[in-house]
Amino acid sequence: MSAVPAARPAEDAAAEGGEDRSDGSAGRLAGYNLGYLDENTKRMIRRTLLKAVAIPGHQVPFGSREMPLPYGWGTGGIQVTAAVIGPEDRLKVIDQGADDTTNAVSIRRFFARVAGVATTERTREASIIQTRHRIPETPLREGQIIVYQVPMPEPLFRLEPRVAETRRMHALADYGLMHVKLYEDIARHGQVAISYNYPVMVNGRYLMAPSPIPSFDNPKMDRMPALQLFGAGREKRIYAVPPYTAVKSLDFEDHPFQPVRAPAACALCGSQESYLDEVVTDDRGGRIFVCSDTDYCHTRQAAQPREAAE
Amino acid sequence: MYVAVKGGERAIEAAHAWLAEERRGDPALPELSVEQIGQQLGLAVDRVMAEGACFDRGLAALAIKQARGDLIEAAFLLRAYRTTLPRFGASLPLDTGAMRIRRRVSATYKDLPGGQVLGPTFDYTHRLLDFALACDRPGSPDPGRESQAPGLTAAEGNAPPSAPEAPAKAAAMPRVTSILAQEGLMQPETPGEAEPPDLTREPLSFPADRPVRLQALARGDEGFLLGLGYSTQRGYGNAHPFVGEIRMGEVAVEIEPPELGFPIEIGEITVTECQMVNQFAGSKTEPAQFTRGYGLTFGHGERKAMAMALVDRSLRAAELGEEATAPAQSEEFVLYHCDNVEATGFVEHLKLPHYVDFQSELEKIRQMRATALREAAE
Repeated sequence: MSAVPAARPAEDAAAEGGEDRSDGSAGRLAGYNLGYLDENTKRMIRRTLLKAVAIPGHQVPFGSREMPLPYGWGTGGIQVTAAVIGPEDRLKVIDQGADDTTNAVSIRRFFARVAGVATTERTREASIIQTRHRIPETPLREGQIIVYQVPMPEPLFRLEPRVAETRRMHALADYGLMHVKLYEDIARHGQVAISYNYPVMVNGRYLMAPSPIPSFDNPKMDRMPALQLFGAGREKRIYAVPPYTAVKSLDFEDHPFQPVRAPAACALCGSQESYLDEVVTDDRGGRIFVCSDTDYCHTRQAAQPREAAE
Repeated sequence: MYVAVKGGERAIEAAHAWLAEERRGDPALPELSVEQIGQQLGLAVDRVMAEGACFDRGLAALAIKQARGDLIEAAFLLRAYRTTLPRFGASLPLDTGAMRIRRRVSATYKDLPGGQVLGPTFDYTHRLLDFALACDRPGSPDPGRESQAPGLTAAEGNAPPSAPEAPAKAAAMPRVTSILAQEGLMQPETPGEAEPPDLTREPLSFPADRPVRLQALARGDEGFLLGLGYSTQRGYGNAHPFVGEIRMGEVAVEIEPPELGFPIEIGEITVTECQMVNQFAGSKTEPAQFTRGYGLTFGHGERKAMAMALVDRSLRAAELGEEATAPAQSEEFVLYHCDNVEATGFVEHLKLPHYVDFQSELEKIRQMRATALREAAE
């Protein structure tokens, strides 16, 4: 966690009751603390994160704050990022795998304003990656942190909406309801009818919502060298998967987990492995497929001879 | 060749510029001042303060102006500001019994100490559009034509005649529920010594105690609570409410700094309080008595206070050993869904890009259809 040493002076300041309010220099927004949140709130979130890391996949309630962006726009992820980011960090923000979607642009600009941090679009160069709905194609490495924006942290909510009840089910590791759902899907459709936010078992103990990433991305979570943090602002829950932790997509021996991917190649870089977006090109059924991970696609295009890309 | 859509940053800037233009409207018309909003759209300000959970008329009026009159957006602006403020203590409980009353009505007693005070209410207005209000100035019946005239001074001429005044009664205005309590007919509320929990610092957990429920309801969306309260009257929750009393006026806010050891008044706020009196058949251990549903809002928010009182009482079903079958009796259902800033965020987030999820749904549906069609052909 490269962010922690960098944030320590501010934490000391918090212990003394002081903060690092910006005077507007170094491009930071005047009147606000580094990373927008006050130091006590950041400390509360870091403590929640430590607990979350200690119990992989377990949802820890936290005193989520109202943020200047709406709930549903990534307030949980933003609070987690704000709590771990320091001036030495390099932040990448993606939405749907892309750095240039409007919400990713907006969040990246928010952190550039309130934290004055360097941003990047390169997965390899980032120390923190905040994401909505994707895990980058480029494998993450040790020392990196990936922060997921989570709309519904409870993997069982479609089967049991009462939170008091799902808490009991997690406490007892009573996940029969989810297995029955998967079984019924197979009985009715011949396959599991979940294509994103596909439930995973973390460290053999907690059922976890991986956030609405496509099931294609699920295998990347398993024994990932990077630290995975999940923030749900509106639902006021944080959870985590420490590096190299087992993350298994639920399945049955005779019906193994099958990630979903369009059977095509990227029209821009030719990748046969990456997750693809379908782009409708006309109203006569014309469509092409392109990588959803823009950094991955650009890197591959740049590495190819010019003619090949066109 | 296909090129991915770019330029998110420029699009956002252009959208913001357009939004600012739309907010201002026709620049030939005088700009609405925050003071005008505070004075003339006072009930909108009250609602934004209540749902924004911050008593500051000036900031609420500013939020309404910035939000172009979208009151949920305004409440959100106020909340996002409020959350950055330091929290330096809790006030002592407000004494609404000592309220400087502007309005006080009881539906349970024809007359009572302190009397009935109608105050500034819509209750007995006939809902006829008052076209006189459409005139900006006296003698200009068509505002559309005349409003372009420069140099309008709003105050002149169209101030309504002042309302007749009577000297304030010196007599105390005891709360109706206290009158019932003297006879032992009203279930007493036991005052708690502990500092109440703070919903804005600690997440909700269930079962939630009554202070947390009341906090959530006080911040809750007026429309949502109105609908829920209404449902309890129509049989979804079996309520038998009477309005014991509604009172609106000014109350003192006091804090007791530990280093002083005695309370000091730090200001005065306007609140509306509603106490509903509800039947309770009693149980094996308790004789029949009335129970209370309680509503309190910032400002003049009578509809909200009444709806809140209905919902508060119905959320006490479990505590009073009543069967809980209706939505308004489920604390998870009510408390998780009454916050309009949360609700609007999650409903509206559906308009953000979901290309990736939709793509995996597309592939899934195609696979499932192919399987089904293949099996049908065999």
